[in-house]
Amino acid sequence: MTEQFVGKASEFKDGERQIIRIGEDEIGVFRHAGEFYAYSNFCLHQGGPACEGLTIARVIEPLREDKTSMGLHFHETDMNFVCPWHGYEYDMKTGAHIADPRVKLRKYDVVRKGDEVYVVA
Amino acid sequence: MDLIADRGRRVTVEELNTSKLLAHAAKQVKDRKFDDVLIVDTDAHHYENENFAEILPFMENEVLKQLALAARAKGGRGNVMPSGFGYQDMGGRVTRYPLRTSEKTDPSRQRDAQLGDRWMNAMGVDYSCLFPTGMLNIGLHPQKEMEFELCWAYARWVTEKALPDCNGRMYTMLCLPFSDPEGSLRMVETFGDRKGVGGFMITSVREKMQVSDNAYMKVYRAIEERGLAVAFHSGPNWGSNTFQSCNRFLSAHALGFSWFNILHCTNWVVNGMGERFPKLPVLWIESGLAWIPFLMQRLDHEYMLRPSECPVLKKKPSDYMRDMFYSSQPMEIQDMDALQTTFRMINAETQLLYASDYPHWDFDLPSTIYDLPFLTDKARHNILGGTAHKIFKLPPRNEAQKANLIKYGNYVGG
Repeated sequence: MTEQFVGKASEFKDGERQIIRIGEDEIGVFRHAGEFYAYSNFCLHQGGPACEGLTIARVIEPLREDKTSMGLHFHETDMNFVCPWHGYEYDMKTGAHIADPRVKLRKYDVVRKGDEVYVVA
Repeated sequence: MDLIADRGRRVTVEELNTSKLLAHAAKQVKDRKFDDVLIVDTDAHHYENENFAEILPFMENEVLKQLALAARAKGGRGNVMPSGFGYQDMGGRVTRYPLRTSEKTDPSRQRDAQLGDRWMNAMGVDYSCLFPTGMLNIGLHPQKEMEFELCWAYARWVTEKALPDCNGRMYTMLCLPFSDPEGSLRMVETFGDRKGVGGFMITSVREKMQVSDNAYMKVYRAIEERGLAVAFHSGPNWGSNTFQSCNRFLSAHALGFSWFNILHCTNWVVNGMGERFPKLPVLWIESGLAWIPFLMQRLDHEYMLRPSECPVLKKKPSDYMRDMFYSSQPMEIQDMDALQTTFRMINAETQLLYASDYPHWDFDLPSTIYDLPFLTDKARHNILGGTAHKIFKLPPRNEAQKANLIKYGNYVGG
C-alpha cells in the first residue's frame, strides 16, 4: 500500500472532485460536506468513468401512512455521484449503487497530513 | 462547463471530448485485441436535427419545403418533426446530452463524421450503421406527404453529404416513409443502389400500421431483389394512449421499445412474410432480446390452437423468428442463465448482430458481447461482425480481421 498525494485540502473545494491516476488505475476523490471520499473510477456496469460525471442529491419518494405518495423530492443530505456513460448512480458515502448495494465500487482510504490529502492505494 | 444538479446547484464538469469520455472503452479495445476482430455496429445514431439547414433544402415539394424552412427559421413557428416526451439525458446525468454542443470539431469536415470517428475508434468499431434520432418518430407525422418529403430529403443528404465524408466506415439503412407505399417504393428504386446503403428501415413507432398489407409487397420485393435488408427500428411513444398509463419515463421506455417490435414482428410472422420473402434479411432493432423468447412461446402456443388463421405458414412462428436477425442492444444482462437461454432460442450464433446505439443513453460496448462467459469464439466473432459482414458485405479492415472471418466461415470477399 502506498500513499498517493492528491492535493492540498485548502485548495480542494467542497463539491469538487479529482481523478488520480496510478499506472493504469484511476481513483476518483470527492470532497463532500467537508469529508473526502475515494473510489475506483471504473464503473461496475460497463467500465465507464464512474467518478467523472454529475453529483446530485438522492431522489426520494416519501409515502404517507395511508401509502399515498408525496411525490419525488431531493434528499436533504444524501448525495450521489453518477457515471456519465449510462447513469449508474452511486452513494457518495459508501460507493454502493443506490438500487443494489451489492454493486459497490472499490473504496480507498483518504488520509490528511496537515493540509495535504493522500489516497491509500 | 456547468451542469444543473439538485435545487439549481451547479456542478462543473469538463466540456465534452468523445475520445476522452470513452477512454476506458479504448482500454477495453487494447486489452481484448479488438483490432483483430471485425466489429460492425448495426445501430448507431446522429442528431439529424442539427443538420436540418442542409437537409431540408433537399425536399422536393416547394410548398412543403417552404413550410419546413419557415418553421426552422429564427424565431421558429413550429416543429418539423414529431417529437416525443421523455428525459433521455436523465436530467443531465448522462452528460454527453447537455454537453454535446460543447465538443469541438474541424469545420472543414462533416461534424457527425468526425464524432463518429471518435467513438468508433474508442470502441474498436470498424463500421457503423448510421440512423437518425428524431426521425425515428416520423411515423407519428399526421401528413404522409410531409413524411415522404422528410425521408426523401434525409436520404439525399445522408447519401450525398454525410456518408461520403465518413471514409467508408459508416453505412445506413434508409428510413422509409411507410405511410406512403408508393413513396417507399420510389425511395427503394432511387436510393437502393447508392454507395453506403445496406437496406431500408421502417420506424416501428406507429400507432396504426399493418406490415403485411398488400400495398407493401412491392416494397419488400424491391428490397429483396436488390439483395438489401429491411430493418424495423423501435422506439417509445409515451404520448400514445397505451403508454399514457406510465407515470415514469423508465416504464414507457422499457415497454415501448419492446412493444412496437413485438407488435410488428407478430404481424410479420403470422401473415407469413417469411414464406413470401425468404431471401429478404429482416432485422429487429433496439428492443433488447428478452422479448424474443416470450413472443416465440406465445405465438407457437396460439398457432397450435388456431393454425387456420395462418394458412400461409409452413412451420411454427418461432421457426420464422429464428430465420430473422436481431440487434443486441440494449441487452438485458441481468440473469446470465436467462440470457444464455435467449441466445440458444434465437440461434444467436448466426442471427444476432452487435449494436451499440451510441450515443444514446443506454449504449452497449462490444465487450458486452465479447465478455459473455457462455459464448464460443465463433459466436463472439459472428455476433460482433461476422454475420453483419455477410449481410452488408463490409470488407475487413486488416489482414487479422480477414483471417478471423475466414477462420469462422464468414468471409464473403470485399
